[in-house]
Amino acid sequence: MSDRITLQVARYRPEKGSEPFVQSYDVPCPRDWVILDGLNYVKDRLDGTLSYRWSCRMGICGSCGMTVNGEPKLTCATFLSEYGEGPVRVEPLRNFPVIRDLIVDIGDFMRKLVRVKPWIVRDQERPLSDGEYRQTPQELDEFKQFSMCINCMLCYAACPIYGLDPRFIGPAAIALAQRYNLDSRDEGSDERLEILSEHEGIWGCTFVGECTKVCPKHVDPAGAIQRYKLTSALATMKSFFAPRGA
Amino acid sequence: MGEPFHYTDYHPQWLRPKMSTYWWLQRRSYVAFIAREVSSVFVAWAVAFLLMLVRAIGQGEEAYGQFLVWAATPLVLLVNVVSLVFIVFHAVTWFNLAPAALVVHVGGRKLPGFLIAASNYAAFVFASALIAWLLLG
Amino acid sequence: MLKRHPEPFLWLLFSAGGVAGALLIPIVLVLFALAFPLGWLPAPEYGRLSALVAHPLTRLALFVACALSLVHAGHRLRYTLYDGLQIQHLNEIIAIGCYGGALVGTIAAAYVLLTV
Repeated sequence: MSDRITLQVARYRPEKGSEPFVQSYDVPCPRDWVILDGLNYVKDRLDGTLSYRWSCRMGICGSCGMTVNGEPKLTCATFLSEYGEGPVRVEPLRNFPVIRDLIVDIGDFMRKLVRVKPWIVRDQERPLSDGEYRQTPQELDEFKQFSMCINCMLCYAACPIYGLDPRFIGPAAIALAQRYNLDSRDEGSDERLEILSEHEGIWGCTFVGECTKVCPKHVDPAGAIQRYKLTSALATMKSFFAPRGA
Repeated sequence: MGEPFHYTDYHPQWLRPKMSTYWWLQRRSYVAFIAREVSSVFVAWAVAFLLMLVRAIGQGEEAYGQFLVWAATPLVLLVNVVSLVFIVFHAVTWFNLAPAALVVHVGGRKLPGFLIAASNYAAFVFASALIAWLLLG
Repeated sequence: MLKRHPEPFLWLLFSAGGVAGALLIPIVLVLFALAFPLGWLPAPEYGRLSALVAHPLTRLALFVACALSLVHAGHRLRYTLYDGLQIQHLNEIIAIGCYGGALVGTIAAAYVLLTV
């Protein structure tokens, strides 16, 4: 294990030229450094023009997702020492347009997220005097896993369906819709069903399963989607054959 | 990209790499996924093979015997062995992934996934035993 | 009111076909494609097999299993062509081809099983 490692960073600077290129940087490699530490070293000491997103540096904000040696990773949660002698290839997150260097445009995801209404939808809010909405541990257990999503979009980078058809609503959006559908306080399943039952909604998913593999928070979006396919298909059948009072 | 690049102060030219036609060869898990999906072709072949068998049975004892002889010829054997491999792959991946879609609640608690998968395998053993018994027993 | 999409219905058929195929096809292939032709096991005698196949319950079960498996195969193939070969613009043609093929196969299955 050497004390330095080479980072091969994908660069794209549209104001200087329309072709992307790779630039190599030699950075120190202490045992506790993550990829993000290496990038910060580059920006502080070697090349201030390098652009990338990061914030909390502890795996909770979801800003620092990038492609490391071909895999979507959170650069604040991936140790340089995992890559031995290196070199480590750092590229922007796949399946999103690249604005500059390692920065991608996440507007598509943001718009899709809003469309699935990721908030508690109720016909009637309970008055404050009634107190809080109470849930048993079992009711919490139903949706808790899906609430762990940090919107890092590694799942979108891993999903080949999203790469092939950007209209696909995508793993995180569906998982977050499920987080609310399965929440006992929510009454908005029908509203979300409309959006999600389009061809580019849940039906675009062919259960590749890559999204679950790369999720740093173990949200299991693939499981959320398949579960929703079954429940929504059965609900659609029920409404088709027994529309009144269904 | 080919066009001269177009840079404005408010919207730089974004890079949109296109996915390769061979995207499915780029990761082992993608190859496994496509293999699983391609198994559907062999499912269709197995149905065709079964219908040919049924038709031969309908045409008489000699036709049935000839069908079995035909099934033993090298090309048909090869196709069927390959089909069997793919269909077993389909079955195993199907049973293992069933718990993702089938969430069963018993007494308010979720059943653990491996129980769902295990019951699928049990059904497989039962169905196979039943068919074997009907034919051989 | 919910717009009527065929997708949920097709997916349910696909799933049923996947289960049917996974449960039934392996043993059928092992027996009729390997064990009996290669003589590993004695092939069932014709009279017994003929009676078994002629039974209406058997024919119904076979028809359902074949039809579901064909829809399963058509559905999966449709998505594989759509995604794997990146020919989304041919979406309608692929869908018609795949489900149409499954339909033709189902009709053929019905014909064979009715006239056996």
